[in-house]
Amino acid sequence: MDYATSFYFTATEIGLSLCGLALLLVAGWQGNKSARMVTIISVAALFGAAIFSIGLFDRATGEVAGRAFGDLYRADAFGSFAKVLIYVAAAAVLIVTPRFFERIDAYRAEYPVLMLFNAVGMGMMVSATDLMTLYIGLEMSSLSSYVLASFLRNDERSSEAGLKYFVLGALASGIILYGVSLVYGFTGSTNYAGIRAAFEASFSTGALFGVVFVLAGLAFKISAVPFHMWTPDVYEGAPTPVTAFFASAPKVAAMGMLLRMAMDPFGGEADAWRQIVIFAALASIVVGALGAIGQQNLKRLLAYSSINNVGFIMIGLAAATPGGVAGALTYLAIYVAMTIGSFTALLMLRAPDGTNLETFADISGLSTKRPALAWSLLALMFSLAGIPPLFGFWGKFVVFQAAVQADLVALAAIGIAASVIGAFYYLKFIKVMFFDEPTREVEATSPVSHWVVLGICVAIMSPLGYLLTVPLGEWTAQAAASFVAAM
Amino acid sequence: MHPILLIVFLPLLAALVAGLTNKAAPSVFAKAITTGALFVSAALSWPIFLGFVAGTYEPTVVPVLKWVQSGSLAFDWALRVDTLTAIMLVVINTVSALVHLYSWGYMDEDPDQPRFFAYLSLFTFAMLMLVTADNLVQMFFGWEGVGLASYLLIGFWFRKPSASAAAIKAFVVNRVGDLGFMLGIFGTYLVFDTVSITEILAAAPGMSGATIGFLGYNVYTMDVLCVLLFIGAMGKSAQLGLHTWLPDAMEGPTPVSALIHAATMVTAGVFMVCRLSPMFETAPVALGLVTFIGAATCIFAATVGTTQWDIKRVIAYSTCSQLGYMFFAAGVGAYGAAMFHLFTHAFFKALLFLGAGSVIHAMHHEQDMRYYGELRKHIPLTFWAMMAGTLAITGVGIYHLGAGFAGFWSKDAILEVAYGRGTELGNFAFWMGTFAALLTSFYSWRLMFLTFWGKPRWIESEHIQHSVHKTPEEAGEDTTGGYHPHESPLTMLIPLGVLSIGAVLAGQVFAPTFLDDAAFWGSSIFYNEPLIHAMHNVPYLVKYAALIVMVIGLVVAWYAYIKDTSIPAKTAEQLGPIYRFLYNKWYFDELYHYLFVVPAFWLGRQFWKIGDVGTIDRFGPNGIAWVVEKGSVGARKFQTGYLYSYALVMLLGLVAAITWVLF
Repeated sequence: MDYATSFYFTATEIGLSLCGLALLLVAGWQGNKSARMVTIISVAALFGAAIFSIGLFDRATGEVAGRAFGDLYRADAFGSFAKVLIYVAAAAVLIVTPRFFERIDAYRAEYPVLMLFNAVGMGMMVSATDLMTLYIGLEMSSLSSYVLASFLRNDERSSEAGLKYFVLGALASGIILYGVSLVYGFTGSTNYAGIRAAFEASFSTGALFGVVFVLAGLAFKISAVPFHMWTPDVYEGAPTPVTAFFASAPKVAAMGMLLRMAMDPFGGEADAWRQIVIFAALASIVVGALGAIGQQNLKRLLAYSSINNVGFIMIGLAAATPGGVAGALTYLAIYVAMTIGSFTALLMLRAPDGTNLETFADISGLSTKRPALAWSLLALMFSLAGIPPLFGFWGKFVVFQAAVQADLVALAAIGIAASVIGAFYYLKFIKVMFFDEPTREVEATSPVSHWVVLGICVAIMSPLGYLLTVPLGEWTAQAAASFVAAM
Repeated sequence: MHPILLIVFLPLLAALVAGLTNKAAPSVFAKAITTGALFVSAALSWPIFLGFVAGTYEPTVVPVLKWVQSGSLAFDWALRVDTLTAIMLVVINTVSALVHLYSWGYMDEDPDQPRFFAYLSLFTFAMLMLVTADNLVQMFFGWEGVGLASYLLIGFWFRKPSASAAAIKAFVVNRVGDLGFMLGIFGTYLVFDTVSITEILAAAPGMSGATIGFLGYNVYTMDVLCVLLFIGAMGKSAQLGLHTWLPDAMEGPTPVSALIHAATMVTAGVFMVCRLSPMFETAPVALGLVTFIGAATCIFAATVGTTQWDIKRVIAYSTCSQLGYMFFAAGVGAYGAAMFHLFTHAFFKALLFLGAGSVIHAMHHEQDMRYYGELRKHIPLTFWAMMAGTLAITGVGIYHLGAGFAGFWSKDAILEVAYGRGTELGNFAFWMGTFAALLTSFYSWRLMFLTFWGKPRWIESEHIQHSVHKTPEEAGEDTTGGYHPHESPLTMLIPLGVLSIGAVLAGQVFAPTFLDDAAFWGSSIFYNEPLIHAMHNVPYLVKYAALIVMVIGLVVAWYAYIKDTSIPAKTAEQLGPIYRFLYNKWYFDELYHYLFVVPAFWLGRQFWKIGDVGTIDRFGPNGIAWVVEKGSVGARKFQTGYLYSYALVMLLGLVAAITWVLF
C-alpha cells in the first residue's frame, strides 16, 4: 500500500478536515467575532476542494487506479463529479447563510465549521467503496446535519426539526447497520468488490435481506417514499439556509452513495431491487406532487418538491444502465442549481423589518414589488416544472430517455404524466406572483452576494443552460463509466 | 408591362397600403389611395374591352409567377385576358371605382373608413383574380377571396349582432357551394389530369358520353362534374336553395350591397358557367338543372320581392331573381345573352342600390318603405336616378323602334332565346321568366311609388322620430314630423349619374355586339349560332311579352299604391296564407333552421354535454383534478407530525420491501 498515493486520493477530505479543525480552534479562541472570517475561509476551502476534485477526474481508468487505503475508498470520475457538486453547493449555501442568522444575532463561528465536517462526510459517502467507510461518512454528515437543523436552539420549530431528524436518522442508521451486518455475515466481506464477488459466486436470501435493509436506510437519506416522512417537518422547522443545504448537497451525497452501492456491489442483483426502486420512484413523484399541492408554506412546499424530484432521479437508477446513472447525475446537477436558486430567492424575500417571508400569501403580487426577483423565481419554477426551453426540461428528458432505452416505457410514461401534477404548484407560484394583488410590503433590496448566487442559478436554468449539455453529458457519461471500469 | 398587371394588382396594393396604415394616417389618405387605384384600373379596363368590341384585341395570357409543380399537377399564377374577362373587367372596375367614390359620401361619418376602403379594394382584387384566372385553382383562390371580402364587408359593423350573424350565414352557406365547387375541381383534375382552363375546354368535347362511377352509380362524367361546379355557382350566385344568405347580406353598408351583392360577386357563378361553357355543353343533364334552378330562382325571388318592406331587401330579392334569368339563359345555351344581362344588370342594379342608399342617407337610416313617401320633391336627383334604374330593370323598350333601356335588351333577349330553344325546359323558363318580369315590374314600381309618391309617412319611423325628437302624437297632422330630407353630396350623386347613363344606354349600344357578334366572343364562350337565329325569329308576341307584362305590373302597382292605397292590406288579408308564405320568403330560413341548424345544434350539444363535459372533462381534467385534490388532502393528513407514526411508516415500508423481494 502506497500511503502517498492514498493521501493524494483522499486529499480533499483530509484537507477539509484539517481546515475544519483549525477553524474550530479559531472559533473557540476568537468566539463569534470571527464568524465572518471563518465563513469566508470555509467557502474558500470548499471551492478549493471542488477544484482539486476536478483534477482527480481522470483517475478512473485502470484496475488499481484511484484506490486508496486498500480499496476502502476510491477516487474516480463518479466521486469527483459528485464531490464538485457537493462542495460547490455547500459553498453556495454558505455564502447566503450569515445574513439570515445575523438579523437575530444567532450566527456562530461553529456554523461554517459544521458545514465543513458535513462536507467531509459527504465526500466520503460518494467515494466510499467499503461499508465501513461508507458508514463513517454517513454518520459524520448526519450528525453535523442534526446540529445544523436545530441551530436556532431557542426556536421551538428548529429544535423540533433537529430532534425529529435525529431520532428518525438514528433509526435509519440502525437499519443500515443491521443490513450491513447481514451483508457481511452472508458474504464475508464489507468491501464492495468483495461483496460483488461473493454475490456472483452464490446468492442467499439472507444477503438479499441485507441489501434491502441497506437500501432502505439510504432511501431515508434521499427522502424517498415511504422513508420521506421527516422531510417536510424538518425542512419547515430548520432555519432556511439549513433547509437550502439539506435540499441540495446531502441529496447529492446520498444519491451518489445509493447509485454507487446499487450499481457496484449490488449491481449484479439489479433485477432483485429494480422493482423496489421503481415503486419508490413513482411513489416519491406522486406523493411529492400531491403533498405539495395543498401547502401554504413555501419551505414545506419545496420539501415536497425535493421528494418529487428525487423520484425522477430514481427513474435513472431504476434503468440500472450507464445511461441511467448519467441521467440521474445530470438531473442531480440541474436539481441542485434549481434548489439553491429557489432557496436563495426565498432568503431574499424579507419583510421590511428583516423577518423572512415564507408563505404564498407573502409572495402575492411580487412581480410589482420585486420584478427581478419574481422573474428569477418564474424561471426557476418553470424549470422545476420541466417546461422547455428552460434547463429543467433537459434533466427530465435524459432520465426519461434512459428509462425508455432500458425498456421501462411504462415507468417513463407514468413519470411524465405525474410531472403534470407537479406543474400545478410550480405554476401556482407564478400565478400568485404575477396575477394576484400585492398584499404586503417586502424589503426592496438584497445584498450582491445573494444576487450573484441567484443569478448564476437562473443563468444555468435559462435556455443558456443548454450550452452545458455537451460538457455535462461528457462528464456524467465518464462518471457513469467508473462503475463499468470497476466491474 | 401588360396593363392587366396594373389592373389586377393596383387594387391589392391599395388595399394593403390602406389596411396597414389604417388609422395611422388620416382616413382621407386611405380613401384617396384606394379610390385612385380603382379609377386607374377602370380607365385601363375600358380600352381592353373596347378593343375586343372593335375586334382589334387578341386574347392573351400574361404569366405572373410559378405556383405549383408536383408530378403531373402543374399550374402557375397567370392572368388570362379574353372577351369574357374584358367584360368582367369593365363591370368590376367601373362599378367598384364608382362605389369607392360613392362611399366617400355614404361612409363619411364612420370611424373605420380606412378598414372599409381596404376591404373594398381587397374585394376588387379577389374578384379580378377570379375573372382573370387561367386555371381552376386560381379561380378558386379568387372565389374564396371574394367570399372572405364579402364576409368582412357584410360584418363590417361587427358590433351589430345582426350584421355579425349575417356575415357568418353568408360564409357558411357559401361553404356548402364551395364544397361542390371544390369537388368539381378535384373531379375535373381527376378526369382531365390538368386544371388549366384552356386544356380542359379543349378536351371537354371528347369526353362527351363518357361515364364514371359516382356514389355507386354509373353516370355521365361531364354531368357529374358540371353539376358539382354548378353547386359552387349556386352558392356564390344565391340560387334557389343556397340563396338564403343574400337578403341577410343587406346588413352590410349599402355600397357593399351595390358592389358585391348586386353587380359583381354574385355574378361570379354566372361567369364561371360561361367560362366553362364548352364543358357544360357536353353535359345536357347539368344544363337542364341550370335552366330549371335559374327559372325557379327567378320566379321565387320575384314573388318574395313583392311583399318585402325593406327597400334594400326588395332590391336584394330582385338581384336574386335577375341572377335566375342569367342562369337559365346559360342553361338554354345562350351564354352571350347571359353575359349581356350580367353586363347591363351590373349597371342598373348598382344604380338601384346606390339610389336606395341615397334614399336611406336622406331618410336618416330608415330603410322601411312604409315610412317613405313623396320623396321625389325632396331628393329629385336621386329620384331621377332611381327612375332610370327602374325603367332599365323593368325592361322598358319597344322592339319595332329598336329603342329601350338596358334591361329591355338583355332581358328580352333571354326570354326570346328561352322560347326559341323550343325545348320543354326552355318553354318552362320562358313562362317563368315572363311571369317574373310581371312581378319585377310590380315590385319595382311598388318601390318607386311607395318611396317617391304618395303622402309623407315619415313620422312613423323611429329613425325620423329620433332625428326630430317628436312622437307621432306630438307631430299631429304633420306626417313629415318637420323632417327635411336632404339630397346626397356630390360624391354620391356623380356615381348615380354615371350609372344612370349605363342603365339607359348600355343595352342600346352593346346589344348587337353581345348578341350577334360571334367574332366578338371568339373562343371565350360556347357560341351557338343557330340558337341566335332562332332567337331572332320568335313570334312578335314573344318579343312584346316582356313589355306587355311590364305595363300590367306598372298598372297594378299604380292602382294599388297610388290610386287606392287600401288595396294592398285588403289583398294581403284575403290571401292570408299565400301572403304570409311569400312574406316569410317561402319559409326557407325556417325550413333550414329545423332541417339543419336545429339538428346541428342538437348534435353539437350532445358532443358538448355528453362527449366533452360528460366524458372527457369528467373523467379527464376534472376527474384527475378531483383525484389529485383528494390525494393532496390525504397526503397532508398522512403527515401527522408525530415521530412514532413516521417511524412506523418507515418500518412498514421496510417490511413491505422485504416481503416484495421474498415473494
